[in-house]
This record gives sequence, structure tokens and C-alpha cells, in this order.
Amino acid sequence: MAVVFERPHALTDVPMHYCPGCGHGIIHRLVAEAIDSLGIEGKTIGVASVGCSVFSYNYFNTDMVQAAHGRAPAVATGVKRANPENVVFTYQGDGDLAAIGTAETVHAAARGENITIIFVNNAIYGMTGGQMAPTSLPGQITQTSPYGRDVNTVGYPVKVSEMLSQLDGAAYIERVAINNTKNIRAAAKAIKKAFTYQTEGKGFTLIEVVSTCPTNWGLTPEKAMGWLEENMLPYYPLGVYKDKYADKN
Amino acid sequence: MAEKVLMKGNEAIAEAAIAAGCRHYFGYPITPQTEIAAYMAKRMPKIGGVFLQAESEVSAVNMVIGAASAGVRVMTSSSSPGISLKSEGLSYMAGCDLPALIVNVQRGGPGLGGIQPSQSDYFQATRGGGHGDYHMLVLAPNSVQEMAQLTIQGFALAEKYRMPCMLLADGTMGQMMEPVELPDSAPEMAEKPWALTGTGLSRKHNIINSLSLTPDELERWNIDRYARYAKVEADEVMYEEYLTEDADVCVVGYGIAARVARNAVNAARAKGIKAGMFRPITLWPFPKAALNKLATTCRAFISVELSMGQLIEDVELAIRCSRPVTLCNRTGGMIPSPEQVLASIEEAAAKLN
Repeated sequence: MAVVFERPHALTDVPMHYCPGCGHGIIHRLVAEAIDSLGIEGKTIGVASVGCSVFSYNYFNTDMVQAAHGRAPAVATGVKRANPENVVFTYQGDGDLAAIGTAETVHAAARGENITIIFVNNAIYGMTGGQMAPTSLPGQITQTSPYGRDVNTVGYPVKVSEMLSQLDGAAYIERVAINNTKNIRAAAKAIKKAFTYQTEGKGFTLIEVVSTCPTNWGLTPEKAMGWLEENMLPYYPLGVYKDKYADKN
Repeated sequence: MAEKVLMKGNEAIAEAAIAAGCRHYFGYPITPQTEIAAYMAKRMPKIGGVFLQAESEVSAVNMVIGAASAGVRVMTSSSSPGISLKSEGLSYMAGCDLPALIVNVQRGGPGLGGIQPSQSDYFQATRGGGHGDYHMLVLAPNSVQEMAQLTIQGFALAEKYRMPCMLLADGTMGQMMEPVELPDSAPEMAEKPWALTGTGLSRKHNIINSLSLTPDELERWNIDRYARYAKVEADEVMYEEYLTEDADVCVVGYGIAARVARNAVNAARAKGIKAGMFRPITLWPFPKAALNKLATTCRAFISVELSMGQLIEDVELAIRCSRPVTLCNRTGGMIPSPEQVLASIEEAAAKLN
């Protein structure tokens, strides 16, 4: 009988700890599929960040290192500079990348560091139990913005893809989402393209994946997808924000 | 050994690191150690190495973590305020069992402090600096030659024990020029089956990690690590004794303070006082046993330091407070004079009669 669906080789056979309906499962799979299809698993090194996805070091079949909160792009830089023939990616959430790790992210992009960042934006801190993230939306209720995010006192969300696309060092920046099959397929394509660019030495690539956190949003997985569509996608429009090599593809 | 050349301490560290086979340097400018970065910036591209100026000390140390994870011989350097920023990374390095060399060319503190020499990061270096149960190897050179030698030794020790090693110098040592001989060959690289080089689809994936949410597992990791530390304490202690055999009064100092102390000991001897000097070269592991043994014959100790009484605590601990220990110090970028140390020796000697 033909196998029509199986676990990507780049994922370990370990049950994930993620909550039901969490987007990380889908995104892990997309990353693993890209690694499989490019045949790069044996030379890929992943950098796990602090947050729910810290345990990704158990889930990806590639060599893995766990970085301190926000420092994944710097750790990835060290790995890449040590062995440039390796493919190096980080997997980071919004608190890790856009708050505590802003400097590391911006400067890795500015340097044109030849690494790939998978940036999962679900507008909330997951692992610590649902606090306001740098990407939480105006008015969004979280544990640390119990009356809704008040932009007059805590400011506005950081639009990472828009911001980084302004840097000359960035080669490819795209924002994707995982709320429906069409978008998941587009996300798969973008992630594969980012890894491909890296193997071609094209420089810094970042894929922002708009995702859900049903548990900390206080919604069912299905309603969470709806909330993403109604609230996140208008604020975080999907699309290619930077592609230095668009004409040459 | 090659021929003797005249070098600045900071440059000797850089050139010795290259001689040791280090081809990866990540740093950030800060006085009084910037010559190390500048030297690396010039040399590394010529020898196929990597010099990268990071956006911060925090990033630099994390780049070191990445490169160390990948299995290469790697270093960073900084000075006091920068070391505070690197301390998070040092804790992670210890927790991940990663070897690397970290140079601290100390300046006065706290805060932004000053840019003149100091030894006020002694606690930070020997007690860890970052969070959690851990140690670093801490090596304290007192000459440009020793800066070179301990740099090379530091890489080898870090790799042997899979732990970070700090070379603890100060602004004077970094800036002063002395003749130095560099070795021709690098220490052999330890085998690193744990390194992240890619599985090649031929082995299980390696994971470098300091996280465990299972308390008994984390406890076991720490106990295992401390068993390794016990080995370091047993096998790697380094110190120098000068005229201690018959000494009544012993000055204890490391780095630049020991050079001043040595002059004072000579002056005291000329005056008929039986003075000696004990110089720890490894500050962690601290030469506790040797110093304690000295306390069986020597009747008074003086801690000479460029800090407000930090080394003195280890002296008191080592000799179990069995003898009086006094402090002879300057701080904030000031250095004690041989006359000041001599006066302390005379004072201590007078109390013995």
C-alpha cells in the first residue's frame, strides 16, 4: 500500500507537549518538511529559544542547541560562523524575538547573517501563562494587560517583518499564517524558500508565522483560528516584505 | 619556543590565542581591553579565522556559545562592565558544559566605574557572576609572558573539563609591555563527540541544553558537574611561593598586586623581617591546601589587592582563620605602592613580637 502521509524524517518520534490546537505542531511539521525536501537534515543545526517552543530541541531530528531568552540569533551566528557549510535555523516566539531579543534579531538581519529564523507570532507569551507580548494587539486582554492593551501607556505592537525589511542585510522576509489550508501551503513554500536561500548563501531570511494560542487566548482551537483571521491578519498583513532576489528566481 | 618579542599584555593574549589554535573571536569594544579585539580584527582574516564585532557583550558571549557548541576553539574578551553583561552567557555555558576562554581585563567599578586597573571583579569571577550552581576556571597572570602562557593553558583546561575558563587580568597588565615568547605548537584539541556539526544522518541528534524541568534530573546534573569540579580542585591548582619557607609574615596577592608585594617582601627582608609571598595563579580552584599548610608556620597574613577586601575572604577561608589576616589595598583604579605594602608587613610583624 502506498504511504500517503507520514511523519517527516526531520521530526523525532516523540509526543509533543504543546496544547491542543496550538500552532507549533503545524509549524514544526512545515520546517521538518522543508528540511526533508531539501535533503539537508544531516547538516542542519537548530537553535531553540525560550518559551513554549524551547522543547523543540527534542522534536527536531537535527543537532540542536538551546539559547538563552532572546539570544538565539547570536547563538546561531556563532554556530554558522564556526561551520558555514551547516544550515542553521532558529525557532523563536514573539516575546523571545521581538522583546528581549530585539537587538540580536535586528543585528543578525543587518549583518546579513546567513541563517533562517522561524518567527512564530501568536501575540502572547505562552509558556509563562499569557502575558502581553510585543505583538499583542491594541486592546488585547492578557494577564498583564487585564483592561486591554492601552497603546497610550504601553505603546503599539512591533511589526517585525515590516521593520526588518528596511534593513539592507535582510535577503528574504515573508509573513505567513496557518489558519487555513491555503495559507499553510503558502507557509510551507515560504519556509522552504528561506532554507533554499540559505543553502545558496543568499543571507538573512526570516519567516514570520502568524499563529494561535488557544489556551492563553481563552478560546477553543476553532474559535482561535477565527480570532486570528478577524484580529491578527488585519494588523499583520501577509505577504513578502523583502526578497532581494525576487527578479532572479 | 620562538624568539622573544616585546608585546603589550593585551596583544600577547590575542597572539597567544592564535598560537593556541583559536580561530574564532567574538567581542565588543571596551577600555582597557580593546587592543585584543583590534589585534584579532587585523589577524584573523589573514589566517582564515573569524573576527566578529557583536552588537553587545551579551550577543558576543552568545556567539561564543554558538561556536563552542559547534566544537571550535573560541574566545571573547571584555572588561568589568562588559563581563557583567556576559555573565548570563557564562551561566548558560556552565549549564551546557561548553568550553571557551573569556578574558576580563579588569577596570574599576561598580557601575561604569573607571578605566584604570582594578581587581574588584574577584568575587564575580570566583563565585560565578551568573545565576546557578557553577564555577569557571579562573587564571590570574602576573606578567605578559604568563598572560600568553595562561591563555594557551586556559583553552586546554576549558576543553579538558568542558567548562568556561576566565583569564582574569587588569588594566595595568593589559597595557604594559614586556618581552614574551610564544610557543610554536597548539595544545591538542579534545575530542568533542557532543559538538553540533550535523548528524550526517549517521548518529542520533546531539542536544546542547541547560534546561530540565525535572528537579531530580537537574540535581543530578549539578552533582555530576561538581564531581568534575572536585577533580579540577584536586589536579589543576597553580600558585607561586616566594621566600615562604621561614616566613613569619606572608603577603597574598595575585596579578599586578603580587608584583608590588614581591618588591615589598624584598624590602622587608632587607630590614630583617622574615616576609614571604604567596601568589595564587588559579583563583578558582583556589590553592586552599597550600595556603593552609603555610599557616602552620607563617604567623600572619596580609591580603594585597586592588579591591575593597575580596581576595581576603578566600585567604581567611583557606587558613580557617587560624592566623590574623589584614588587608592592604587600594581601589577605584589606584594601585598599592611597595611602601604601603611594606608598612603593612612591618605592622603585622610588630604585632607578632
